Amino acid sequence: MKALNVKKGKHVSYSKWGYIFLIPFFLVYGVFSLIPMISTFYYSFFENYMSGLKMIGPTFVGIDNYIKLLNQGDLLKYTQNTLIMWILGFVPQIAVSLLLAAWFTNIRLKLRCAGFFKTIIYMPNLIMASALSMLFFALFSNNGPINMLLMDSGIIDEPFHFMSSAIGARGLIAMMNFLMWFGNTTILLMAGMMGIDPALFEAAEVDGATSFQIFSKITMPLLKPILTYVMITSLIGGLQMFDIPQILTNGIGGPDRTTMTLIMYLNNHLFNNNYGLAGALSVIIFIITGALSIGVFKSLTGQKGQGDKG
Amino acid sequence: MKKIISVMLVMSMVVLILTGCTNSDDSTKKETSGSSQTPASTVEAGETKEDQVVNIYSWNDEFKSLYEAYATDLAEKHGVKVNFIIVANENNAYQNNLDAALQAQESAAKDDKVDIFLVEADNASKYTKSEYALDIVGDVGLTEADLADQYQYTKDIVTVDGVQKGTTWQATPGLFAYRRSFAKEVLGTDDPAQVQELLSNWDKFDDVAKKMKDAGYFMLSGYDDSFRTFSNNVSEPWVDDTKIVIDDNIMKWVEQTKMYTDERFNNRTTLWAPEWSADQGPDGKVFGFFYSTWGINFTLLGNSLADADSEPAVGNGIYGDYAVCEGPQAYYWGGTWVCAAKGTDDTPFIKDLMYRLTCDAETMKQITLDTQDYTNSEAAMGELADSDYASDFLGGQNHIALFAEAAKKIDMSNISDYDQGLNESFQQAMHEYFEENVDRETALDNFYTTAFEKYPELTK
Repeated sequence: MKALNVKKGKHVSYSKWGYIFLIPFFLVYGVFSLIPMISTFYYSFFENYMSGLKMIGPTFVGIDNYIKLLNQGDLLKYTQNTLIMWILGFVPQIAVSLLLAAWFTNIRLKLRCAGFFKTIIYMPNLIMASALSMLFFALFSNNGPINMLLMDSGIIDEPFHFMSSAIGARGLIAMMNFLMWFGNTTILLMAGMMGIDPALFEAAEVDGATSFQIFSKITMPLLKPILTYVMITSLIGGLQMFDIPQILTNGIGGPDRTTMTLIMYLNNHLFNNNYGLAGALSVIIFIITGALSIGVFKSLTGQKGQGDKG
Repeated sequence: MKKIISVMLVMSMVVLILTGCTNSDDSTKKETSGSSQTPASTVEAGETKEDQVVNIYSWNDEFKSLYEAYATDLAEKHGVKVNFIIVANENNAYQNNLDAALQAQESAAKDDKVDIFLVEADNASKYTKSEYALDIVGDVGLTEADLADQYQYTKDIVTVDGVQKGTTWQATPGLFAYRRSFAKEVLGTDDPAQVQELLSNWDKFDDVAKKMKDAGYFMLSGYDDSFRTFSNNVSEPWVDDTKIVIDDNIMKWVEQTKMYTDERFNNRTTLWAPEWSADQGPDGKVFGFFYSTWGINFTLLGNSLADADSEPAVGNGIYGDYAVCEGPQAYYWGGTWVCAAKGTDDTPFIKDLMYRLTCDAETMKQITLDTQDYTNSEAAMGELADSDYASDFLGGQNHIALFAEAAKKIDMSNISDYDQGLNESFQQAMHEYFEENVDRETALDNFYTTAFEKYPELTK
């Protein structure tokens, strides 16, 4: 077959090998991702839960599950919680990462031991999120070290119940997300910045631009692709925030359910073997994630001509 | 240099693979926080093909320690190996795990079948009403004569249609445990009868609370301490058909605890949290704890020691500084029942184990003498009540005498299948109200939300 191909025309086409090498990926994706996704869609229209020791269902109920979720559950509240906690962590993360990336790639600053610093800031990402949450839980507990420290230094009189105040619990979760991910973002942005042609920087300096102008008019626009990537992956990760709030609040979702994220809510249903509602919730989360991602993507890369305005 | 690094990398990968493959023998107990996604199970003894394996499901190691102290010879006699599978109770994890195991009972391998499982008062009715708990008279082989000496209510709670489906070694009358030294200082006496006079109803209890506050002590430790006293004196069960009913007495608990929190009569802790355990110890400033009889040996004793490794005796921490009295209202709290699982093949062993720990008066008397637990034998308890039995831990008090009468009067008629989840959800939701994060109405709404998540078939 191959010999025939070569003989027929001078044009050798190996493209079919490309497709053949892609087959394993699509096979695995199909079996482990696509089919489960389709069956989730399918089963979300069924009622399926446990009452006592009996399994009730699966019986077809149409869009009952969705109506139940949208009416009874506080879906909007949980979406808000998730987005608030994500933004609280993401904004400092991006700001600090941009700053650090700018410093590390600035040849003129001549930072020493840059390699050492890069390793250190990446380390929190290597800790398991659950371990970090347990650590923070112990640190910020009612009689924990932080409270002792604050009381001894006279800042507060009584232990401040971090876990019982909305701002305390959410702040802690945002802080943990920030700690875990800012190293990763810094490295990505550094990679992006090092890809910018240094000739541009030199030209700008010759023209008398300040550091800040260089940063905002040259670096930022040229970083757009990397920033898009960071935003979208961070958004998807943020919407799926689960392990940190779950361990920190022990699955309860914090004071007055203000730290209950969408996936924690999903987990509650799965844990109580309510597969019908869980399936419907998964579909809703999928739609939200998809919509937001498309929105971010379009707004960051859509208008090429108007890119410099931002 | 490169070679060394590459060799090190390969070694670390090999080590990682190997550690992932070995079976660890450490048991993990989750009391405070833990991931409630996948409950971790502990597998103890290794199983050989010849021995039969008896799998016992439990949520703590209370039964395990009883077994190891009083019944290990039975394993040899029957040629079985006993395997404890312990999953902590929080967030319904124990029940979910047990339910999954029971439903897989038929298709499970011989050595993996559930043989014995423990239930507590909060979830007893769910299991005894199901087909998975065997009739202990008809199927397991205990006789009416064996069970005659047990307290009636312990039999009633696990009896369905006249068939008794579980058995227990303990009766659990409720009591109030207080610090003798604080009582002497503030009330002038530490004698249980006189202290009881001063605490005999809720108004007097509140008065003493105020006195304690003035002396710099807390009356209670946390929010949930007095919950059971109120919840056991309700007039109707949690669920009526499928409608959740919040009894008035439970709202009384909410009011009292809110008042106590505002006036700082309590130390704002949560049941089973480290701060709550610490309050029972030498550094604690809490006057008393509501406990059931199992709490004395299982929880209070351990927490009162200053040094956990040395002998529990007077001089170690505040051992001996506690005494008990009946408290403002009679109540009971929990209790553990042993059920035999349908499909088990170890019935002779189970029969002997059940007899030894729950019907044999001698063993049960010994359990009380060793652990101060109140056991399920009217004869043995009557004997101890009349004797000059004195508990060192309780400063020489004969607490069995105090409860011999109360134990006979326990009434468990208002239990429901949903008690465990609803009790836990209600207490959690109300914590936020006490801590002033939400108002009462929002707290109640949150309670309903969680309740519907746990039990989708319930309604408001």
